[in-house]
Amino acid sequence: MFENLQDRLGSILNGLTGRGALSEADVSAALREVRRALLEADVALEVVRSFTDRVREKAVGAEILKSIKPGQMVVKIVHDELIEMLGSEGVGIDLNAPAPVVIMMVGLQGSGKTTTTAKIANRLVTRERKKVLMASLDTRRPAAQEQLRQLGVQVSIDTLPVIAGQSPEDIASRAVQAAKLGGHDVVILDTAGRTHIDEPLMQEMAEIKRRAKPHEILLVADSLTGQDAVNLARSFDERVGITGLVLTRMDGDGRGGAALSMRAVTGKPVKLIGTGERMGELDEFHPRRIADRILGMGDIVSLVEKAAENIDAEKAAAMAAKMAKGKFDLNDLADQLKQMQKMGGMGGIMGLMPGMSGMKDKMAAAGLDDSLFKRQLAIISSMTKAERANPDLLKHSRKKRIAAGSGTDAADINKLLKMHRQMADMMKLMGKNKGGMMKQMMGGLANKMGLGGLMGGGMPDLANMDPKQLEALAKQAEASGLMKPGAMPGLPGGLPGLGAPKLPGLGGGLPGLPGLPKKK
Amino acid sequence: MALGFIKKIFTFGKDEPATAAAEELPVAAAGEGVNLEALAEEAETASAPEAAIEENAASLEDEPPEEVIESEIRAEAQEEIAEILEASTAEEASPAQPHLPKGFALEEVEQKAAEPVAPQSRLSWFQRLREGLSRTSQQLTGQIAALFTKRKLDEETLEELEELLIQSDLGVETAMRITGALSSERYGKDVSGEDVTRIMAAEIGKVLAPVAKPLKLDLSHKPHVILVVGVNGTGKTTTIGKLAAKLSGAGLKVTLAAGDTFRAAAIEQLKIWAERTGSDFIGTKLGADAAGLAFDAFQQAKAKKSDVLIIDTAGRLQNKTELMAELEKIVRVLGKLDPDAPHTVLQTLDATTGQNAMNQVEIFRNVAGVSGLIMTKLDGTARGGILVSIAAKHKLPVYFIGVGEGIDDLEPFEADDFARAIAGIAQS
Repeated sequence: MFENLQDRLGSILNGLTGRGALSEADVSAALREVRRALLEADVALEVVRSFTDRVREKAVGAEILKSIKPGQMVVKIVHDELIEMLGSEGVGIDLNAPAPVVIMMVGLQGSGKTTTTAKIANRLVTRERKKVLMASLDTRRPAAQEQLRQLGVQVSIDTLPVIAGQSPEDIASRAVQAAKLGGHDVVILDTAGRTHIDEPLMQEMAEIKRRAKPHEILLVADSLTGQDAVNLARSFDERVGITGLVLTRMDGDGRGGAALSMRAVTGKPVKLIGTGERMGELDEFHPRRIADRILGMGDIVSLVEKAAENIDAEKAAAMAAKMAKGKFDLNDLADQLKQMQKMGGMGGIMGLMPGMSGMKDKMAAAGLDDSLFKRQLAIISSMTKAERANPDLLKHSRKKRIAAGSGTDAADINKLLKMHRQMADMMKLMGKNKGGMMKQMMGGLANKMGLGGLMGGGMPDLANMDPKQLEALAKQAEASGLMKPGAMPGLPGGLPGLGAPKLPGLGGGLPGLPGLPKKK
Repeated sequence: MALGFIKKIFTFGKDEPATAAAEELPVAAAGEGVNLEALAEEAETASAPEAAIEENAASLEDEPPEEVIESEIRAEAQEEIAEILEASTAEEASPAQPHLPKGFALEEVEQKAAEPVAPQSRLSWFQRLREGLSRTSQQLTGQIAALFTKRKLDEETLEELEELLIQSDLGVETAMRITGALSSERYGKDVSGEDVTRIMAAEIGKVLAPVAKPLKLDLSHKPHVILVVGVNGTGKTTTIGKLAAKLSGAGLKVTLAAGDTFRAAAIEQLKIWAERTGSDFIGTKLGADAAGLAFDAFQQAKAKKSDVLIIDTAGRLQNKTELMAELEKIVRVLGKLDPDAPHTVLQTLDATTGQNAMNQVEIFRNVAGVSGLIMTKLDGTARGGILVSIAAKHKLPVYFIGVGEGIDDLEPFEADDFARAIAGIAQS
């Protein structure tokens, strides 16, 4: 499997640095790789073709900015084009119709219709305070109606009582009727899974549409779908005219090229994505993130957002002020560790970092898990206030007491202190020269690892970000003994530092990473 | 036991004129992987399904065993034997030793007791697959022919061929390897569309043939434990229902255990399948510990002297570490009662899945020790070409394919049929 597109393009286009514009030949060479990358990401062939044609048009003759390599330029064009093709953001479920608004769910067997039905209902109830009725029209699969009923009980949402032997078309009419009588704002019809070449079932679906007059028809599709995505999206769209797509299993490790295929052939927006098995795990669709994922760039944006959601703004501001003075004591370290935990621990963060998802498993295997945070927090909370503010106080007898208090030993405490010292040093550096601080810091570990786009403030623009650098970072971390459980402590404080200026709380971070290479 | 079984078949063979037919057939049958014993039996039972087709094509009823044994082999049987081998024949019950349906085999005998539950009036999956394809605008059939009405095999045509394979989800690498083999053989020569599809089907068949194996059951284990695993929505429960139908139809005592304690109504779903197939059912309530259920089910199935225990599991994405750990635990717990258990770990793969299926197999195999695959949902337009890559890399046996929602819609995996479907050969 290719790791990321940029690496590949880089090797092809390396020799081209310094030329003024992309030539036809450069672009063709690059597009061969793009084509392959997209195909490996399960984008349908016909979509890949039209996509590469569009990119070719834009790329040939494009001015190359001085600071970037042709490979990066092509990636940027590809990335922008992907986003454009994936469509605009924030197209939600449209409820702008007289009540009861009918939403009809369609799709292949096993694509996740029933689960998604309950998730959408749950979302409408909790976020928009709607009264929702769910009805299962799946009379074919054993216990399908029972499944929706149970889900309804789980999330406390009404389901249409099951009448055995009733046809799907009749259930549809009855559901709409019941919603009218019951004063429901929305009624969601969960239809049986069907293959798009099963003519009788496709007719049944059209008949249900005719009777229930749905305002939204959502095609639920597995994001792991391969080349067949175009066939099924096109057939369903032709037969019933879908109004949007819901992609499920986005929490898998597929690249999700099906999203692009289906969007491209139907022109219908992806409205929601399923990101887990629990009822709350349904998210809006962000074309940019999917574009990054298709290109193998990870999902930094989600990481930063997750961070932003979980960080206490006031605390963050206070820490930023402290950091500006070059101070960083053990209280600050404890705050950071707690923030890491809130963000889903190491595993959660690693999973979102480009090129790091593989490391997640290795780390778990090496025994590096979130219990490390817990232990470190225990150590810090076993210290007195004075000790936390001034770690230099810690001598042998104090350490002994803390070890006893936290159930650790002196070695653990020393590791924690060493990690803190490294981080504090970095803080000082940051305090001194604010401008290029990140570059400076990173300069210490890898020549050009300035995470420019990320650190520039505000939401990182991934288009400008260089996944190669992150990749390098991952490798570096790995090389520097990440896999040895003992060498760990440098990491936890570090990783969360991905968004310095805007998210100062997090910004305490990064320093941890620089500590790593020294441990070689 | 096994000896008696073989003897019985031989005796039948000698008594009937079918022996002649059987002896003439090995060449045709070689590709089907059926050995002589099975052949003898095939020949002997051959006339029954034919009669069924001619007399009452719509009948879905199983043939009563007596009829099969008593019926005479007609002359046509010889000519049509290939077709019969590919298709299913009627059922023959043997009280002493259960005849397993096509696609199963007994561990000790190493033989495929080819004998079918589903009568022949249904279309074979291949025919249905073809039919499905012909209805879609995306169908490849004919495309190749159009591409190659006598022309030279050059770079451009090779690339187009590669694209056809990619559209079947073979993946770029495998597609390139196959077209590479084609070009090394025929580059620059005049070829017709037919040649190309034939060679291509042969190339794909070469990869798939070693993995097309019957599912071996070791009935000295009481019960033989089959654990079914896979990603959500790939068709585990439905496949279990179909397997149970085949096995209990062959006279085996089957127990189904509802190990999917997570998804709403998964337990009820399996229970309905148990009722339909006349199998014993063991289940708990939602949210219970799946490993505990598996353990209990194994003990109960032992006590009841079941022949086969099939354990369902909750669907899980292979990148969810904690869920995979749970699966590992189920396997571990089963091993406590019998170090060899689970004797078979089946993984279901959805044919519509793209390149991710590769990861799925890799990780499930590492965690749960998957010993064989079943590909489901081949009744749509998806061709499941990723199976070729998986076969090349993991060499895991592929036992069955799912071709519909009906109880009989589970067919033994046939490498050549599958290869031809991918290469887009029109006639079956």
